[in-house]
Amino acid sequence: MLYNAQHEQTTTALVTAFTKQTGIVVKVDNDDEDVLTAKIEQEGARSPADVIFTENSNWLQQLADKGLLARVDSGTLAAIPSADNSTDGDWVGVSARVSALVYNTKDLTTAELPKSVLDLAEPKWKGKIEIAPSETDFWPVVSSVEDRYGHARALAWLEGLKSNAGANVVPDNETITADVNRGVAQLGVINQYYFERLKAETSGSSLRAGLAFFAPGDAGYLKTISGAAVLKSSAHSSAAQKLLAFLVSNTGQHTIAAGESFEYPLRAGVAPNRADTPLAQLSPSTFTPSEFGTGAEAKKLLQEAQLL
Amino acid sequence: MSGLAGQGLTALATFPSARRGRRRPVLTLFAAVIGIILLLPLVAVLVDVQQSGWSEVASVLFRARSAQLLINTLALPLIVTPLAAVIGTAAAWYTECTRLPGRRIWTVLLVLPVAMPDFIVGYAWHTIDPTASPLGAAVLVMTLSSYPLVYLPVAAALRRSDPALEEASRSLGLSSTRTFFRVVLPALRPAILGGCLIIALVLVSEYGAFEIVRFQTFTTEVFTEFQVNPGAAGALSLPLILIGVLLVTGESLVSVPRASGRTGMHRRTLVELHRGAIGLTAAFTALVALAVVVPVATLVFWLQSSQHTTLPAQSTVLQATLTTCEYCAGGAILAVVLALPIAFLSARRSRGLPAVIERSTYLTLALPGVVIALSLIFISLRIAFGIYETSWLVMIGYAVLTFPLALSCMKSSIRQAPEQLTAIGRSLGRSAPYVFLRVTLPLIAPGIVAGFCLVFLTASTELTATLVLQPPDAMTLTTQFWAFQSESAFGAAAPYGLVIILLSTVPGALLALWFDRAGQRQ
Repeated sequence: MLYNAQHEQTTTALVTAFTKQTGIVVKVDNDDEDVLTAKIEQEGARSPADVIFTENSNWLQQLADKGLLARVDSGTLAAIPSADNSTDGDWVGVSARVSALVYNTKDLTTAELPKSVLDLAEPKWKGKIEIAPSETDFWPVVSSVEDRYGHARALAWLEGLKSNAGANVVPDNETITADVNRGVAQLGVINQYYFERLKAETSGSSLRAGLAFFAPGDAGYLKTISGAAVLKSSAHSSAAQKLLAFLVSNTGQHTIAAGESFEYPLRAGVAPNRADTPLAQLSPSTFTPSEFGTGAEAKKLLQEAQLL
Repeated sequence: MSGLAGQGLTALATFPSARRGRRRPVLTLFAAVIGIILLLPLVAVLVDVQQSGWSEVASVLFRARSAQLLINTLALPLIVTPLAAVIGTAAAWYTECTRLPGRRIWTVLLVLPVAMPDFIVGYAWHTIDPTASPLGAAVLVMTLSSYPLVYLPVAAALRRSDPALEEASRSLGLSSTRTFFRVVLPALRPAILGGCLIIALVLVSEYGAFEIVRFQTFTTEVFTEFQVNPGAAGALSLPLILIGVLLVTGESLVSVPRASGRTGMHRRTLVELHRGAIGLTAAFTALVALAVVVPVATLVFWLQSSQHTTLPAQSTVLQATLTTCEYCAGGAILAVVLALPIAFLSARRSRGLPAVIERSTYLTLALPGVVIALSLIFISLRIAFGIYETSWLVMIGYAVLTFPLALSCMKSSIRQAPEQLTAIGRSLGRSAPYVFLRVTLPLIAPGIVAGFCLVFLTASTELTATLVLQPPDAMTLTTQFWAFQSESAFGAAAPYGLVIILLSTVPGALLALWFDRAGQRQ
């Protein structure tokens, strides 16, 4: 059983290809990563899950810290650059995503866009920005701002965002992307692939959104890692390790690039989807998964700002 | 709304009756056990809260955000309940007591909004105007979908009421308006209050519509918190439980027993409307258009637009329909079977222990679906791992959530079945099971069918508990609609929404008919 928190766009194609290659049938339970992590913690040793695949690394790290994950086979870890894996070998990176701005092209020109994620808290964006604090993809950005500017500034920044957003507080990045495209809000922070999916779903004329990255190295310009792990309690650990190996194999990584996921494959030499700007041409900050950790700091900050 | 057409019925059936009956120890024991089982989720919430520790609870409950959530949670009942009460009562009076053209058609059309799942109504209005203020949108959506909960019991009460009193009042020189306020309205008070209670409870535990129009209450917060901080979700449901208990007790304090019966079979003289009929017809048309036509038209509009989405469907429309029917039918059978002993007990004896047992089962109405679902997970993980993540748990969840609805339908049916017939059966030397099968069961069959329909209808539009309880890879119509809707894939969501409406209108119509007959019989 795979507990899947990655977008179904990514996973369905991967699982189908895996079953075709190995004959191993995978049952999939789709839910949000926070829900699935909590579920595994509640289920404990009786969890029916063998593998968990999340959008952000912090949930895997949280499970690893609680001693619920098995070590990933070394061959699997070796397929991915070590900076993109858990430092202790508890989980393996599968794909990367880059945080960015989505903006309404009728309301804003590229010149008007903020260069730093910090600028979004300025009064000039009041009533123009939409935020999704319970969207776990937003947490790395919060954690990165805190890491660079300290707790107090990060909190003030979140409070500014909250006041600017007003009623435009939504549950997820899909809503931000769709709302910016509809003109409900002028801009918002998302991961790049949400925009690529919107583009793939809408015909040319109704696309009124654009994607922009922050200034190179900005605290809001992040490469975040989506990864997978095998549970210690797994009753099918060898099949589970095979699934992980497949996710990072040439076939698996090409499946990610070919589908409608629009996330970046991590294996060296596998080119991303043509819609994506190659990672080599981007300059995100150096904020790493290990600095992100379990994301507990981000959650605490969001709660202090009364956003959660 | 959790599609609670006959929660109006619940209101009707909660009135104390003076009927007395024999003590039945075995039946009482049965009923008590079922009552206790139904209260288990509540106990689980308290245990869960206790386990996460007071500091965790305090940190979530006592902070600035909670104040805002509390204001929002209370504002809605304060605004929507009076609005719905006025609309519901006025609509009922005009359809029952005046010569409105097409009265029979209006009695069905005016009830239809209750069969519309509120998250679909919310979705329709949100896609029409995504920039509307959250409070305004929430008020509009909830008023439209909840006024039938006042309309149904008030219309039934009017049908039962004795027109002789009103005629006496008019003959004594009071105008129609003053007669309405001094004679009709006081008599309707229990029905109106009962409907208002249900509306307030539904509003407090509403999730789907509010999430869509971005109106944050304790219930939406429980959902968010369940995702990011499961330990605290239980704590957040404490205010909800408290509000629910206050509402249920408050209503029982202000509600007075209904004045007994009528003096004779006396036909009501219907009030002539003259020119007013045109204005009224226009008003009713507008009401039904806003509540029913707008959502259906929105779905049809999205159906015709692009259905392309990068999100793969977990269940096709057919699969989701079959899954929904399976879960709902299972839940409905379970609810009806469990409710039978309590219905018998409380219909025959309405004081003391039976009343306490019956009343306690209404507490679940105050709990949001998600809280019930979470506590069922809590329980199944500890004592019944075998049913964890199976369709059984969904069906049990539906049965617990809808239990009071099944109970109220059957109770009124049992009350109408003369107890003497059973006694005659027994006196003729037949065994108790034989009498039950051949005499009692046929007599109460309509109530059982109505209970089944009501549970089915409610469950088929249930969202939050289903999201939490459904086994992996078997999505229902509501959860698949929700999955697409959440990804803003409106075109792909639309077909599921239309099937939900179809599925809930059929039992809805059956129910309206049953209600109509029940009202006339009494």
